[in-house]
Amino acid sequence: MIAFARDFKKAAARVTADLKQRAFIQRALGGYEATRDTTRRKFQNWSEARQAASEIKWEAVNRLDKYLQEFIAKLEARGTRVFVAADAGQARDYILRVAKENGVRSIIKSKSMTTEEIHLNDALEKEGHSVFESDLGEYIVQLRHEAPYHFVFPAMHLTREQISDLFQKELGSEPTNDPEALTMIARRVMRQKYVEADMGISGANFAVAETGMISITENEGNARLTCALPKIHVALLGIEKVLPRLEDLALFLPMLATMGTGQALTCYNTLYSGPRQPGEVDGPEQFHVVLLDNRRTELLADSEQRDALHCIRCGACLNVCPIFKNIGGHSYGTTYQGPIGSVITPHLRDLQNWKHLSSASSLCGACTETCPVGIDLHHHLLQNRHNAMREKPHWWEKFLYTGFVFLMCRPGLYRVAGKLGAIFFPLHKFVNGTPLDPLQNWTRTREFPSPARESFTDFWRKKKLNGEGNHGAH
Amino acid sequence: MAPTDQREAVFARIREALRQPAPHRHADHADHGQEDSPVVDVPLPDSNAFRAWLPAVGASLEDQIVLFAQNAAQLKADFRTVTSVEEAGRQLAALARENNWKRIATHRHHFASGLDDKLGLPCLSTDIGYATTDLEQCDAAITGCDALVAQTGSVLVTNPGAGGRALSVLPPHHIVIARRSQVVPDLASALQLVRKLYAPNWPSFLSFITGPSRTGDIERILVLGAHGPKKLTIFLLP
Repeated sequence: MIAFARDFKKAAARVTADLKQRAFIQRALGGYEATRDTTRRKFQNWSEARQAASEIKWEAVNRLDKYLQEFIAKLEARGTRVFVAADAGQARDYILRVAKENGVRSIIKSKSMTTEEIHLNDALEKEGHSVFESDLGEYIVQLRHEAPYHFVFPAMHLTREQISDLFQKELGSEPTNDPEALTMIARRVMRQKYVEADMGISGANFAVAETGMISITENEGNARLTCALPKIHVALLGIEKVLPRLEDLALFLPMLATMGTGQALTCYNTLYSGPRQPGEVDGPEQFHVVLLDNRRTELLADSEQRDALHCIRCGACLNVCPIFKNIGGHSYGTTYQGPIGSVITPHLRDLQNWKHLSSASSLCGACTETCPVGIDLHHHLLQNRHNAMREKPHWWEKFLYTGFVFLMCRPGLYRVAGKLGAIFFPLHKFVNGTPLDPLQNWTRTREFPSPARESFTDFWRKKKLNGEGNHGAH
Repeated sequence: MAPTDQREAVFARIREALRQPAPHRHADHADHGQEDSPVVDVPLPDSNAFRAWLPAVGASLEDQIVLFAQNAAQLKADFRTVTSVEEAGRQLAALARENNWKRIATHRHHFASGLDDKLGLPCLSTDIGYATTDLEQCDAAITGCDALVAQTGSVLVTNPGAGGRALSVLPPHHIVIARRSQVVPDLASALQLVRKLYAPNWPSFLSFITGPSRTGDIERILVLGAHGPKKLTIFLLP
């Protein structure tokens, strides 16, 4: 088996067995669902809003060349340096070069999944820069040398006790179980870092083509400080973040907040269109926008799955996913967890190594139903399975299905096979759950139902013979 | 080796990828498997259409101010309607005493000006440039704004309207001075307003501030004052 799939199975099995962890995650997500519903009910027509959001993203993604060009031209006209990176390596090299050329020592970051995707922190630290995550959740997982658990709630898997222990160990703070006191510890540490930082690195939630602006959504104010105080601001974003018009934000900002955290609007929604302009009192001297492809064009080329690029990373599909709720965020081993992660990771990395994520789904469709931009997520999970099999068929699976079809098309043979099954099944109990058990993948954690004593066909025939089957006949 | 911009290569890949048109899917997948509607160049829904779907806002200014006040209360912002600049000044002085302010920060602003003088506190003005460490020492910031958004309880700030990027986020208490004429119904009208005020010379920064800074990163429990202001007070002048 592929190493990634093996790790996934192992991690998933471990978390699934951890009932305390599962209850903790499900309680948190239960709270999310309640606030989301209250906020969503205030919309006069959610389904129309969702339809429009889907169409606007469709327009942006299907005319990406036009809108990106407009976005870049507008930014450059006002002194922003735009770099288009074909892959993660180029994006890292560019940011490292900006840091080196400007003699940057200390870097402050606001939350950005795209920087996680290109492993930017490791690259910067290797070159001797100190990097501090300023978002509280990101800072906590950074101190733990861990990946974010959820791309909207990075530290949702940790209890306040664990965070208190971490702060005592890493920051020498006093023990406390008060979330407010813990937050203030991080606030004090980060204030100092803001003042010292020479460079701020952020992501972006939207890129407005019409006016050449990036839009950043956040609650804490850390992104605003990151983009205000250091003399250099670098924003890294995927090429798919584009929205055609400025006023589109009037729809997307409330929808992102509603589905992301259940808020009517996130605390700070900020637009940046350049470095400090003439007459402005502060702001960075340099503003760099790095647009990242990193195989997004592979997904774009797949017209069937292109709509996965509509994603606004609200995280709503994770929050409703029965798989995510039970295996947790770290089991995925991906930058983007949950249904959207399972859909796009095979495109962004490699299909054969990451196809197992698409099979770890009951295809219940809760993700598709909740997605605010109407991505057909569970259909894409199925499509990934299909593509993986078409690209690299399994001879044994083909063999099994051929046999299955052969059997199902021959009623006589099917009946005989059923009878044989019923005769030999009692022997199964001698190997049940052992490595000799042919059904061990199933029976290791579940019971295999024993076959019915008589088949439905036999039952029906007997009924007919007894004359009972004629009641409903006309 | 210096990295080179891969612009042309990426754009070539985008154009190549888009040669195959995508089905114009609708958000409702109930009809999946049926014929998708054909690609037609229908105009995109615009902000006038959004209004019919987003949370409702009353038509009159009075309704909008009431809604703003409700939203502000829910967001734990302190919203005060005052009858004059003098009254705002008196309330501000009371706030300064209660919170034991030692120094404040502000900027030149056409109707907030003069308020800071009456407090008799050392005052940093961001108009003439400032050191981050000095601004960080201030207990409160008094700024103007560009609009108040009734639908969401948000304050719209920009570089010219609120004294730069940092003034409204670095000090722990943010005081906003607004006028009734600045109240707008929703985000779309706020964006249209800034367009009218500034385009094409947009301020490099504009932000919708919706309540004091907050986080839920620890057990999803709400804590105010994560990295930005712990308190947000909004004075609405006639």
